[in-house]
Amino acid sequence: MSPSRGRRLGAFVFLSPGLTYLVVLLLVPLVLVLSYTLFQRGRFGGVVYEVTGENFSRLLDPLYLGVVGTSLKLAGLTTLIALLLGYPTAYLIAQLPRKWKTVALVAVVLPFWTNFIIRVYAWIILLNGPGLLNSGLKALGLGPYELLYNQGAIVLGLLYSYLPLMVLPLYAAIERLDPQLREASANLGASGFTTFRKVTLPMTVPGVLTGCLFVFVPSFGNFVIPEMLGGGKSIMVGNLIRTEFLRARDWPFGSTLALALVAVLVVLLIAQSWAARRG
Amino acid sequence: MSRTRFTRRLPAAVAVVGLALAVAACGGESTNSAASAPAATADQLNPNADLSKQSVNVTVWDGYTPKELPQKVKDKLKFPLKITLHATNEEAMAKLTASGDSGIDVAFVSGQYAQALNEQGLLEPIHPELIPNLSNLYPEATQLSYDKGNKYSVPYTWGTTGICYRSDLAKTPPTSWKDLLSPPAWADKKVTMMTTERWLALPALKALHYSVNTDKDDEIAAAKKLLVEAKPHLLGYDDTTFGDKLKSGEAVMVEAWDGWCPTTDEKQNIKFVVPKEGSDLWVDTMVILKSSKNKEAAHALINYILDPEIHSWAAANINYKVPNKAAMDKVTIPKGSLLGIKPAELLNGESIIDLGQASLKYTRMSTEITAQS
Amino acid sequence: MGRSKWLHVPFWATYVFLYVPIIVLVVMSFNSGKSAYTYEGFSLKWYGELAQDERIRDGLVNTLIVAVGSTALATVLGTLLAVGLVRHTRSKTLDAFALMPAVLPDLVLAIGLLVFYGMIQLTLGLYSVILAHAVFSMAFVAAVVRTRLTNADTSLEEASRDLGAGPVVTFMKVTLPQLAPGIIAGALLAFTLSLDEFVIAFFTIGNTEQTLPIVIYSMIRFGVTPKINALAAILLLVSFTAVIAGQRITKIGESRATD
Repeated sequence: MSPSRGRRLGAFVFLSPGLTYLVVLLLVPLVLVLSYTLFQRGRFGGVVYEVTGENFSRLLDPLYLGVVGTSLKLAGLTTLIALLLGYPTAYLIAQLPRKWKTVALVAVVLPFWTNFIIRVYAWIILLNGPGLLNSGLKALGLGPYELLYNQGAIVLGLLYSYLPLMVLPLYAAIERLDPQLREASANLGASGFTTFRKVTLPMTVPGVLTGCLFVFVPSFGNFVIPEMLGGGKSIMVGNLIRTEFLRARDWPFGSTLALALVAVLVVLLIAQSWAARRG
Repeated sequence: MSRTRFTRRLPAAVAVVGLALAVAACGGESTNSAASAPAATADQLNPNADLSKQSVNVTVWDGYTPKELPQKVKDKLKFPLKITLHATNEEAMAKLTASGDSGIDVAFVSGQYAQALNEQGLLEPIHPELIPNLSNLYPEATQLSYDKGNKYSVPYTWGTTGICYRSDLAKTPPTSWKDLLSPPAWADKKVTMMTTERWLALPALKALHYSVNTDKDDEIAAAKKLLVEAKPHLLGYDDTTFGDKLKSGEAVMVEAWDGWCPTTDEKQNIKFVVPKEGSDLWVDTMVILKSSKNKEAAHALINYILDPEIHSWAAANINYKVPNKAAMDKVTIPKGSLLGIKPAELLNGESIIDLGQASLKYTRMSTEITAQS
Repeated sequence: MGRSKWLHVPFWATYVFLYVPIIVLVVMSFNSGKSAYTYEGFSLKWYGELAQDERIRDGLVNTLIVAVGSTALATVLGTLLAVGLVRHTRSKTLDAFALMPAVLPDLVLAIGLLVFYGMIQLTLGLYSVILAHAVFSMAFVAAVVRTRLTNADTSLEEASRDLGAGPVVTFMKVTLPQLAPGIIAGALLAFTLSLDEFVIAFFTIGNTEQTLPIVIYSMIRFGVTPKINALAAILLLVSFTAVIAGQRITKIGESRATD
């Protein structure tokens, strides 16, 4: 077998199962949904198959651009905090003795084996007006503060939902680092921070990018947290998509919003791939 | 370079396969819709059909029908009944409208959603001859504006929207929608309104003495203005947990459907009022899907649910008024319950109907309000 | 370790942040009131009621079937895909495509699959949820495994081949063990995400089955009861016990990988 044939066989064996799966169960459904962008909503919902470009012109409405702005702000803030918390956490998990590593890792995801709604309720019980935290503060002569039903609560809720998606990719990236590299750097007189900046961080860039992507993008598309913890007073792109698909039953415009989001996603993902391959 | 040769062709291959599948799928769709078009018309059902050869799938809100219903149906009507749950009208609608046959025979949805399903040609007309128990309904229950004469839907429960409040925390009981829209100091930031666009608009439209079904731009704009002004004084918008927020004391006054207002709570400190400007009449209905292959059994099921014995369960156990006179006569009304509201009073409320294209005005209004910071 | 003492602050902050609401949630399981939202007094009744609730039990079983099935499928497909993407292609489009389901809004995928399944007239059941969950899970597995592969040392694999091992043996004995921590992390993520997924499950499941999140969401109209908290408390207790026991009994696969 010639090396090039071997290579191609390898590419086929590794790539085709997953890609075929994604073509059938991701690409085809996505193409189906996104094809509605060309058509019109029926008077009472449903799709009328008459071609129109109207959906795309609606997209430029400042109303929706404002929502995109809010989403960028909230998702960006969430991602930043998640990185600041997640990187040190993943870093220390990777340093733990072997037998504790798995425990620490599982402990990151275990809270998420409970139901989402009761987790959100727990936050409300903690933070609401007459809630636990405010009662505690009152005993100290402080408060009450409005901790819920605002944008801060949305960031908190998103952070809580997606923090593991930051920690796990970071852990996988940091864990593969050779500890000898860091030792060598230290032996050469580099400070801990210099070692981190020059050795650890560059080598974990792919993990950082993956983690940020996993937190940033789903935050964008979430609609339950803005509703339950944000009190529905601010909306994000996810709320827009939900409203159009489910409430307005305007699938053509919902698809157009989704298409716009997917387009942005593809750009982000390609940028991520580009950066990760250089990293 | 050799290693890229395969993968360079891959995107093209992927696209071709995707396209082929999409075409195949579209082909599937067209035959599908052709098959469902000439479905049973009004006189094809066989009143003597052997029901034991059929089976019925129902989609309904959790806890909305008696737990023993499948067993009772099996015993009495001899066909298996399977219950699927949905949390909201919206979810049920997406499932029912997305594919030719969702496998659902009977769906529980609110009146204007039943209307939209019917407008899309997805509902089987009700065959009154197969549902003798329709005669148990109040006469008022056949005059519902989204479906006069119960042509395609049968009402299961009904009620109205009003203000649900903590009588122990409210300094003065609310009487007007304006109490919700510009709350007094003791209720500031302790008020919630609903998020679903038509009910979000309702308090403002009623406060301005407009119809809840208005499609006039200036009236909707005036309502929007009131709602934007109200926003800084709200705790939030809430469709599902407003009862909990009242109980926890986070809120003292909320816009609520009567059935969701926990007036029968042990502490008895939660009350409900229909504001003086008037309100709506909501109805949760039962509909039969055109795609159903068990239409005789579906009718038999609805007939059985209208039996006073079964239908009174909803009033006695979940405190929802049912539009069934024979059933309501059997129910003893517990303390604090809202079951006492009479059908004639209910009919003072305006049914929300699906406005077709104009309903998008409400979607836009609600997006504008919630996006405003 | 000494120099990284300051790292302990965010480390513990993360765990406190993750577990404070969990403590509240467990306390609420002892609530005597009807709702998981407001505490009214102490009671053990919800644990008793939980034992009798068939729907929750069936829902839990279905949820576990879906989570295990989709995780298994996604782990195999995702790992292969990760290796293929890093070692056998330079296409950034394919990279982006493989990652997309991880970040696509759940509602878009859900509606797409609902329409697609409807068109091919697939009779829905649990397996259609497994197939759907594997779509996004696979992307998570692939992404996490990839972070271990990028720039990874191929000298071991080359050595293995030089020593005459075939590609299959090399993959099984050299590549896979190297990837094990990534595979474990990815599978853990996939399992966790499937366990609590509602939107996609709701639109792709058959009419006679329900997963636990579907059962719980449908309760929202009449209030989610502390029964669900009781279930969560038991689940957490069992998982913690299993993890600690597992930690004591075996040294998990990854120990081989880092050697």
